Amino acid sequence: MTVNEALFNYCLRLGDNSLILSHRLSEWTGKAPILEEDLAITNIALDKLGQARFLLQYAAQLEGKGKTEDDLAYKRSEREFYNSLLVEQPNGDFSFTMARQLLNDVFDFFLYEELTKSTNEPLASLAAKSLKEIKYHLRHCSEWIIRLGDGTEESHSRIQNSLNELWAYTGELFEMNEIDSVLIKENSVPDVSKLKPKWNNMLCEIFEKATLKKPEDGFMHTGSRKGIHSEYLGFILAEMQYLPRAYPSATW
Amino acid sequence: MVKKTITKDELFNIIAQIPDPEIPVLSIGELGVLRNIEMHQDKVVVVITPTYSGCPAMKFFEQEILSVAKEAGVNYVEIKTIYSPVWTTDWISDTAKMKLKEYGIAPPQGTSDKSFLFGQPKKINCPKCHSENTELKSQFGSTSCKALYFCKQCTEPFEYFKCI
Repeated sequence: MTVNEALFNYCLRLGDNSLILSHRLSEWTGKAPILEEDLAITNIALDKLGQARFLLQYAAQLEGKGKTEDDLAYKRSEREFYNSLLVEQPNGDFSFTMARQLLNDVFDFFLYEELTKSTNEPLASLAAKSLKEIKYHLRHCSEWIIRLGDGTEESHSRIQNSLNELWAYTGELFEMNEIDSVLIKENSVPDVSKLKPKWNNMLCEIFEKATLKKPEDGFMHTGSRKGIHSEYLGFILAEMQYLPRAYPSATW
Repeated sequence: MVKKTITKDELFNIIAQIPDPEIPVLSIGELGVLRNIEMHQDKVVVVITPTYSGCPAMKFFEQEILSVAKEAGVNYVEIKTIYSPVWTTDWISDTAKMKLKEYGIAPPQGTSDKSFLFGQPKKINCPKCHSENTELKSQFGSTSCKALYFCKQCTEPFEYFKCI
């Protein structure tokens, strides 16, 4: 695998993650529990979409086949997507959405912090930009985790159950393959296995304030690094890609 | 009709006047979105940077830049979006901050918060009655760049241009 191919695939991984999470969050538009939350979730979705756009634009440029970010978003099939299984999980109740966001954002926070030091200039500048946004997202969802965990019996049990259920999707975040080995050698991307202790510590700190228990490590789902997904991604793509596939020459 | 050739500074000053669609009291020059203009033999490259990654106003800026440049007699314009150096609220000048306040939006205070996770939210003065007795309602307002506050003194909600 050449460095260019590895970089292309790595940008798809990051870009797909942002795109699919953005899509999931946008499903809350108009039906979040309160108006302020509706604004917050859609703002976060918008930031994720902006990050996805940059990453897929850069990926298209690396691929060199004259494609645009839209081609990559709308014309790839399920097996060609590399987002984590975590971000494609359905929204569930509000606690489930916040738990999914927390597990993803704490990981993204440390990943993007490392990426700001990348020898690859476009990745480093995107990371610097995104990190500022991720901090706001992380603060927002951690406040909700604390409020729900340290809230009523009902809210406490809901958020604890959501975390327990989603925990099985966190192992995959730290998986690496040939793409990572090629790029780590170039100092373009970090070794994510080294981020795990920091990820754990920050989560434990939040769980403690929220009076929540850290879920136990057990069976972990895997597959997305090879493009193998849960049953949910196909439905997301069917909705997201419907218009450009049904009307290929449609313009906005 | 032969137009007098426009200089780089003249064109920059014209484009810099384009107002932000959400905060019309500020222009893209004052916000720091307009970074540079490169004059080439066959074209002009206008360099811009987004405030937030997903800022929906970027498309509007691109269209405005093209139309403003055309009015000034410049037809071959290319727009380049850059992400580095990263846009920061520190680029908003004091004059622009005053304009924001007069418009009813509390301007950004200080620089981005380092204790972002568990730190207390900043005390923001109400832009209308100047009271410090305000409360953060949501980190996210009507646009990505603003947070929602409530003034307990004059019981008015207001927006705060948050630090980034």
